[in-house]
Amino acid sequence: MDFISILSIFVLACFVGYYVVWSVTPALHTPLMSVTNAISSVIVVGALIAAAAGGSPSSKWLGLVAVALASVNIFGGFAVTQRMLSMYKKRERKDG
Amino acid sequence: MAESAPHAQPAWVLLAYLIAGVCFILALRGLSGPESSRRGNRTGMIGMAIAVLTTLYTHVPTDAFANPATIEHGLNWDLASIGEILAAILIGGGIGLITARKIQMTAMPQLVAAFHSLVGMAAVLVGAAAYLNPEAFGIAVRITPIYGPSIINILPVSRIEMGLGVAIGAITFSGSVIAFLKLNGNMSGKPILLPLRHVINLATIAAILFLIAYFTQDQSPWVFFTVVGLSFAIGFLLIIPIGGADMPVVISMLNSYSGWAAAAMGFTLHNSAMIITGALVGSSGAILSYIMCRAMNRSFISVIAGGFGAVASGGDAAAIDRPYKRGSAEDAAFLMSQADQVIIVPGYGMAVSQAQHALKEMADKLKAEGVRVKYAIHPVAGRMPGHMNVLLAEANVPYDEVFELEDINSEFAQTDVAFVIGANDVTNPAAKTDKSSPIYGMPVLDVEKARTVLFVKRSMGGVGYAGVDNELFYRDNTMMLLADAKKMVEEIVKALA
Repeated sequence: MDFISILSIFVLACFVGYYVVWSVTPALHTPLMSVTNAISSVIVVGALIAAAAGGSPSSKWLGLVAVALASVNIFGGFAVTQRMLSMYKKRERKDG
Repeated sequence: MAESAPHAQPAWVLLAYLIAGVCFILALRGLSGPESSRRGNRTGMIGMAIAVLTTLYTHVPTDAFANPATIEHGLNWDLASIGEILAAILIGGGIGLITARKIQMTAMPQLVAAFHSLVGMAAVLVGAAAYLNPEAFGIAVRITPIYGPSIINILPVSRIEMGLGVAIGAITFSGSVIAFLKLNGNMSGKPILLPLRHVINLATIAAILFLIAYFTQDQSPWVFFTVVGLSFAIGFLLIIPIGGADMPVVISMLNSYSGWAAAAMGFTLHNSAMIITGALVGSSGAILSYIMCRAMNRSFISVIAGGFGAVASGGDAAAIDRPYKRGSAEDAAFLMSQADQVIIVPGYGMAVSQAQHALKEMADKLKAEGVRVKYAIHPVAGRMPGHMNVLLAEANVPYDEVFELEDINSEFAQTDVAFVIGANDVTNPAAKTDKSSPIYGMPVLDVEKARTVLFVKRSMGGVGYAGVDNELFYRDNTMMLLADAKKMVEEIVKALA
């Protein structure tokens, strides 16, 4: 991919992000933060490439540490979001 | 002279990353309502799994000394390296899962700050790894002269992207560490103001930008690592002067930074999943910062410049002497049980004393007596956006009883009792009337329009984070309930029985 196509994806994604985030209900702003936290750990992709590559031991170790840090975030972020979201309940309509 | 082709990836790999990016968009889209949010979160997990598995498959560690014939068939897996990677995932994932399960909901702001710092650090490490081994990332050209050793040149565009990525990552890391320490109480929430801080900060930022530009000309390690070092420093310097009341803005801003760091690394790696995610997270944090600033009627620049709440109001010594009405739990219980409608206004004080479960019990008792109970949430109540909503949800308060400021503010005039628990500045009428007040212009909840206002507060002495006195305390229709929030609510519950 050349720079311009990458830039196009980025600019369009910024617009998507703008509209999607404005549609998030304020009651869910805390889960929004924790889930954005989890997905921004997609940086683990870069960490995995570094950890898997041969040729530079220091680069590989930096990659492994980054994999561990990002994994804390991925598992922790999604799990804590799920835990929060499972608490949001509607009123039980038994009293009518 | 031979050049390797950077960024050559098969079409299916590009497609897989794109699908992962779309999953992340859907994860955020789901958050438009509590029902769809759970499915959205699972979609996000699927997206992450796709991204990770694709990378693992296309970058299986290979044994450099294997027979070239077997390389063609992908049979030269370096099992030791694979084991190390899996171990790193298991260790990190285990820590993450345990933390997610054990963390108290009141500690959510600290946890989010800690998670931001990890994203920032991961970005720095990935950037450093890419700098040390650029060929593995496909961002270098190897120039092999006929005589002499070959030279590995990092592409100039990649140098800028990499420089920006590590700089933003380092700022996110050190800034989030400070935010964590402040939120966790390891460090005073009061702003720490260094002399000449604006000059120091601007000079540091200028130096970072200059060095990133210079990096395109000279790829020596000192340039790269000075950028990293200065960026760590500016992260500390930027967050240290910001006070506790502005934490919702800070934490949203760091959220945004962690996104931009991921996007910059995505540019370096030409990875669409990272770029899409970075843009999503970046705009999410920016919008949240904007909403928080608007809710406090403060400009983003003034928040970043810091120092809010540093000057304790000179008037509070005099204010303490003013007469006010003090009530007991029994008085409060009587007033509320006679009411048609009660609106509960929670604030950070409720979170600190963990009063949300007792509050729910109180609301249930009142409902049993035929009282309508609603909750009113100010956007900046608590220490992060949506903090109060999560705490109420934790206490099993149905989310359709919880209302945002603009949806409920007109109702206070028809309300018998406004029950303010652990909130102060967000109810202060001075924001509407007193032009000299530091919170003037901030949208506030019109609690004073209710027939009676009950204020649960630890003592009369303490002022809100903005350091301003609230004249509501001294009004005729206000009753102060001076005690720890949880204890007071528990006593009210007893009195209602």
